[in-house]
Amino acid sequence: MRYAMVIDTLKCVGCSDCVVACQTENDVPIGYCRDWITETVNGSYPNLDLELKSERCNHCDNAPCVRCCPTGASHTVDGGIVMVTENECIGCGACIESCPYDARYQHPDGYVDKCTFCHHRLEKGQLPACVSVCPTKCMYFGDLDNPNSEVSQLLKNRKHKTLAPEAGTDPHVFYLI
Amino acid sequence: MQEELFTSGRHIPNIDPSLQIWHWPISLYLFLGGLAAGILFFAALFYLMGKDKEYPTAVKVATIIPPIALSIGLLALVYDLTHKLYTWQLYMSFRIESPMSWGAWVLLIVTPLSMLWVFSYYSELYPKLEQKIQLFKKFKFLVPVEIFLQENRKYMAYALIPLTLILGVYTGILLSAFNARPLWNNAILGPLFLVSGLSTGAATIILLSKSVKEKHMFGKIDLALIIVELALIVHMIMGYYAGSQVQLEAVQLLVGGEFTLMFFGFVVILGLIIPAALEFIELIGFKIPVIVPALLVILGGLIFRFVMVEAGQLTRFLY
Repeated sequence: MRYAMVIDTLKCVGCSDCVVACQTENDVPIGYCRDWITETVNGSYPNLDLELKSERCNHCDNAPCVRCCPTGASHTVDGGIVMVTENECIGCGACIESCPYDARYQHPDGYVDKCTFCHHRLEKGQLPACVSVCPTKCMYFGDLDNPNSEVSQLLKNRKHKTLAPEAGTDPHVFYLI
Repeated sequence: MQEELFTSGRHIPNIDPSLQIWHWPISLYLFLGGLAAGILFFAALFYLMGKDKEYPTAVKVATIIPPIALSIGLLALVYDLTHKLYTWQLYMSFRIESPMSWGAWVLLIVTPLSMLWVFSYYSELYPKLEQKIQLFKKFKFLVPVEIFLQENRKYMAYALIPLTLILGVYTGILLSAFNARPLWNNAILGPLFLVSGLSTGAATIILLSKSVKEKHMFGKIDLALIIVELALIVHMIMGYYAGSQVQLEAVQLLVGGEFTLMFFGFVVILGLIIPAALEFIELIGFKIPVIVPALLVILGGLIFRFVMVEAGQLTRFLY
């Protein structure tokens, strides 16, 4: 089992529904977010190329945050999901410093928080909140180890990229381009 | 042209637009940790060489600083944690891949050891204080403790040498282990922080010493350390220029960017080159108050930690 998220940048309209769904589902404190939208403009007028995408923790296979954590609060669970155990976290910030995606933040209660791929929903057989609400259905979630899963098929048939592969983190959020 | 912006209005406190996760307590701690490591290293080294009579400041007098520096440093570290009540979790496991875990455990051993070391010299160093507070009369069990420590100084020194080296290197590796901050992600930072810590330690010994011979000895040591440090800084800068795009952009902060004056002006010139020149002039026979280069080295070491911690958090991976 290796969970992965695939996001179609050609279908994303940047509506931020995924952001709001996550904030609601996970009780994210006001002013914070576990996922966000970026808008990247490439080229010069009139030849412009616009890319919208929803970003979050990449649940890396080679996760620097897990490596740096002095207490083991940051850890990887079944399915390759990187999780933080609140009452083992001392709030030292090493994982935040170590993340090339700046995907973690200090919760106002002190511990470090981030995207969990909605682990609690997966346990009930539901999709992550962001994926389930996307109005353009540009987000896909599934098991990469299963060659017949939707995500495996999409990655087999479509051109795709990951964010900052040069950081060597082996990220597991893929973007169709 | 490429332009990227957050459209969900993301502006997370302390993360956007650039990290402000580690503040002044971390810089202060990195300095104090290096300073304590430096002083204790020289104390242990000169004790094992049997030179405690010749260099009493290094072996005895200056060792009052490490317990104080480490205690303040540890308080600063805990102060910068955001989930302070769970600090004890550091000692529930040892994580071999985490520099911070190494540091936490090494500090747990070095801090009490530094207290025991200076306590073993208590009667010798502070007879007047003892007359006043009569510690040994009030707490009789301390008499055999002091004797035991005095008899086992050799073993404490053997333990201190590797431990202080780990402590000194760790203050740099703590930063260099982060691939995500290109300015820190530089293998030379560990040795550089160690040498800088040893140098500030030597400078403190010079400041406290009353013997001309000892001042000269540590002036020579400090001069050699400064030269090594300058060489390591050249290597560090070369490393950035030979690096990838992210490192090229990171080094701009130090060379031509907003930290240029702090780094080259205060750290390299005022904190290293000028004290090295003054110490050299002093060694060849001219009279120069050694307090000047020693203070410059200590101040330069402190500013160096602040520059690296703050500038590093401005650098990031581009994607």
